[in-house]
Amino acid sequence: MSQFTVQEHNPHVFEKGAASHRNPLIYSRWPLFIARAITLAGFVLTILAGLFGSVVGSQNFAIIFVWIAWWTALKLLFIPLGGRSWCAVCPIPMPGEWISQGGIFPGGKKIGLGRKWPKQLTLGKLGVLNLHGTWLQSAGFLMIGLFSAVTLTTPALTGWVLLGIIVLSFGLSLVFEKRAFCNHLCPIGGFTGLYAQAAPVEIRVKDRAVCAAHTEKTCYQNCPWGVYVTALQDNGPCGMCMECIRVCPHDNVSINLREFGKDFIESRKSSRLDEAFLALVMLGCVMAFSAVFLGPWGELRRAAYQVGSANWMVYAAGFLLFAGLLIPGLYALLLRLGGPVEKFGKSMARFSRPLLPLGLAAWIAFTISFAFAKLSYVLPVLSDPFGRGWDLFGTAGVVWSPDVSIISPILQAAVLLGGLLWMGQAARRDADTARRALFIQIYGLMITIAMLFLLVG
Amino acid sequence: MKKPELIARIFLFLLLIAAGAAGVIAAVPAFGPGSGEIHELHARMPENGGWSLDTISAKAGQPIHLRMTSDDVLHSFAIGQSDRPPVDLYPGKWEETTLVFDQPGRYTFYCTRWCGRNHWRMRGTILVTGEDVETAAQAETQEKPLYLALDLNLDAPHNAEIVPQREPSAERGRALEQRLPAYALDRDTYLKNSPETVWKRLRTEPALADLDDAALWDAVAWIWARQTSPEKLAKAAGLYATNCAACHGETGKGDGVMVEGLPRFDPANIHKEGHASTSERLGNNQMAESEMGLSAPGDFTDPKLLLGASPALLEGKLLRGGMGTGMPYWGPIFTEEEMDALIAYLYQFAMDTDAAVQ
Repeated sequence: MSQFTVQEHNPHVFEKGAASHRNPLIYSRWPLFIARAITLAGFVLTILAGLFGSVVGSQNFAIIFVWIAWWTALKLLFIPLGGRSWCAVCPIPMPGEWISQGGIFPGGKKIGLGRKWPKQLTLGKLGVLNLHGTWLQSAGFLMIGLFSAVTLTTPALTGWVLLGIIVLSFGLSLVFEKRAFCNHLCPIGGFTGLYAQAAPVEIRVKDRAVCAAHTEKTCYQNCPWGVYVTALQDNGPCGMCMECIRVCPHDNVSINLREFGKDFIESRKSSRLDEAFLALVMLGCVMAFSAVFLGPWGELRRAAYQVGSANWMVYAAGFLLFAGLLIPGLYALLLRLGGPVEKFGKSMARFSRPLLPLGLAAWIAFTISFAFAKLSYVLPVLSDPFGRGWDLFGTAGVVWSPDVSIISPILQAAVLLGGLLWMGQAARRDADTARRALFIQIYGLMITIAMLFLLVG
Repeated sequence: MKKPELIARIFLFLLLIAAGAAGVIAAVPAFGPGSGEIHELHARMPENGGWSLDTISAKAGQPIHLRMTSDDVLHSFAIGQSDRPPVDLYPGKWEETTLVFDQPGRYTFYCTRWCGRNHWRMRGTILVTGEDVETAAQAETQEKPLYLALDLNLDAPHNAEIVPQREPSAERGRALEQRLPAYALDRDTYLKNSPETVWKRLRTEPALADLDDAALWDAVAWIWARQTSPEKLAKAAGLYATNCAACHGETGKGDGVMVEGLPRFDPANIHKEGHASTSERLGNNQMAESEMGLSAPGDFTDPKLLLGASPALLEGKLLRGGMGTGMPYWGPIFTEEEMDALIAYLYQFAMDTDAAVQ
């Protein structure tokens, strides 16, 4: 992050100035391309390892790199420090994007139908609910949750899932414009967009007046995500690819360091129920995962693994009810107890922001519980990605398993309590009455106590 | 095409080729250093497919290179009728070994780790062929097992009708040796008769009429004890603990860890059609297991069981297995000496032969 040094009087890292002073890490397309090429090669390796490598998860690159290394790094590094910085280097949309824009760098002959994402899928109505993209993402995340126990331990299934995702993303790129898969279907995208708002980095315009006067809107035209950077309210939709910075003819877009969780504080023009639901589903999921994988209920864990069995059906129903209904319902109930509301959906959306620090803390605490213990698998599988007894880099035999049995619970408790305090602040600021704030805080306290019980015991 | 675009494409292409090549190399079975043919053998619980190779073919005198791993739980690789120590196979870890068979024939490899209820189904064959065409004929002329020569029905119940009131003691019976008729001390008598048969025969001897029933049982215990030795019993104890105790239990009660919760084997049910009553009683899993022929074995400490069985009969059961139970066949795994030691060891569960042998 050293290139983002900020001087106090100047929040903009890259001031409008001579091109020779421009940081090539941002203004050149090469660094991002190289990073994406490497992650894509890694993705191919992961799929091949999943399909053809050892069936023993702990010896397979696909399991260790996707579900231990990447999943941990995403939650502990990429999102808290860089927002959607993973999305900037994610290989999944790249083949489709390169083909549809006619080259690795923009400017080639465009291929594909370039259709708009169908309105029925983004703005369709289901009863009172407006079906925005994140509804699909919530559903996708719940689906991942249902099969997680098996996917997380079965290399071949992980391989097929990843292959399926990249093929789907590729196909969508040929039919629809922009990042159709990322924006509307990627379940991780919903998760990332939600918690990216905590990150101490943002891409924003410097002077909105300049944009208002600029008719071409080059930034919007070139944004792979279809985001209009001038209109960004928070980090959620921004994929951090920095293309807008590169193409702005007025050099009016910059990447800034900022305080943690700035988006949580800033008041928003609008709030969306689907985002509130996504935040609640994420909260429900992290609690359910903690209960299944770390909780004291062996029967529950066994049921989660027996996909298709009667026990699993019960587990699946329970999981969906818990994450999709119980946790959101509890929040709705406490909101209501906090005082009368005019329109329920609107209030849910309006008072949902305190859920973000709470959820982020829960996810980080959950990740800590397995990350350090399992990181010891990372070096060995680097040397032996397919679990065939290779030792490519001499690290196959490295045994490094730090004893985190003491530090881990302390860290988890600290993160959870920190999240609760942060949530409490956000609740005081967002809530219309002190009573409402109190009830939102009670909700946070209940979730935190439950997480403390599940993780720390 | 512009130069940067071209460079970028070449860079991308090379990276993807490298990743793809790694996959292709890994997908080719038995890739690895070393010369000669390497067989890759994956050990899996029978529910997951068992050994990845059923049969490994080899030539006599020529080495077989094996690369082995386990795909699920701890297994081990052992070869029947061989002194070679088993190789433990841990999930995801690779073990390499080289085998050489001097004699043509069929060898059995098997798992010695109790990996699950169907552990004993983990068997495979190493088929060693040789120049020698006589081998097959030789095998044919090998002596038939006694149970076939005697035409014993291994599947029929063989419970003793008469059982001793107290556990027979070979130590007490030793004193009676001088009074026993010659046939009673003959090895052939031991092999072909159950303790009960011998007891009944002795009971008809006028010379032994003064002995009470219990004393006569002690004599029978001594007759059985004479046929083994401390060394044999020690060896058999090891074999029993490794191979039999999983089901038969350490104390022979038929309560081993692998048969916990399974219905007790009832010889009367063998070959009966439709186990409806049993199936209804059992849950889904247990039903599946009982359909696979799994049941808890009989209790060796119940004198009815072993006192009614001759060594020839027990040998038959060991050699052939089956009987409508989950009993594996041990013919290709135990040597004749091992089989003999093991049979003598089994009778200890019904008669106190141990002390006398020591």
